[in-house]
Amino acid sequence: MKPNHSRIATIEVLYFARLREAFDRDREQVELPGNVRDVSTLTAWLRSRGAPWEQELAPGKPVRIAVNQDMAAADTPVSDGDEVAFFPPVTGG
Amino acid sequence: MAVRVQSGDFDVGAEMAAMRHGNPKIGAIASFVGVVRDLNEGTDVAEMTLEHYPGMTEKALEKIVGEAKARWDIYDALVVHRVGTLKPTDQIVLVVVASAHRGEAFQACEFLMDYLKTRAPFWKKEKTPDGGRWVDARKVDDAAADRWS
Repeated sequence: MKPNHSRIATIEVLYFARLREAFDRDREQVELPGNVRDVSTLTAWLRSRGAPWEQELAPGKPVRIAVNQDMAAADTPVSDGDEVAFFPPVTGG
Repeated sequence: MAVRVQSGDFDVGAEMAAMRHGNPKIGAIASFVGVVRDLNEGTDVAEMTLEHYPGMTEKALEKIVGEAKARWDIYDALVVHRVGTLKPTDQIVLVVVASAHRGEAFQACEFLMDYLKTRAPFWKKEKTPDGGRWVDARKVDDAAADRWS
């Protein structure tokens, strides 16, 4: 029997700069657990994976998040096919 | 109006000449060039590497240019930002704005730099005698951007 992929929501998570180094990866595909529906629940779920996510994404850490390449807030929705990026405050110019 | 993210250097004179050619309404062109320094927060910097978020960085720059166009009566604007490894004295960023008179060009140019520094996804990592060091965002840059809101 073929698995039913249509029921699984996946997102692409991207990491930049300090976070890319801390997590030793620049992207990963993540199957969304059922309780993840926005930036805040996604961050909490990533944190629950333990070190180094727990430390780097701890509350109060200067982390910015973008959903589909637009700056996001804690309540910005996250759903199947989205691109979610985590990065430190920007330092260009 | 154009934005470019590139690893190669840019020619300020050529960019300004290209902007004024073909538009006789332009009476003022203001420009800003950011340059790599050999010192930051008391530490020697041998080189720095600039990282960006392909796709989002260009979108963010276009949005900032759009805001400048909405606020001031300008004819043209260009933002060029380099990525990759750069050394002291290398050019990092160029902003050029053209308008009928200098006031709009000066103001829009400063606005573009202030917003770029706080809103466009670029990150700098410096090579120092103690190893690599990610540059922290500075409160003075946030304050500079807040002036325009």
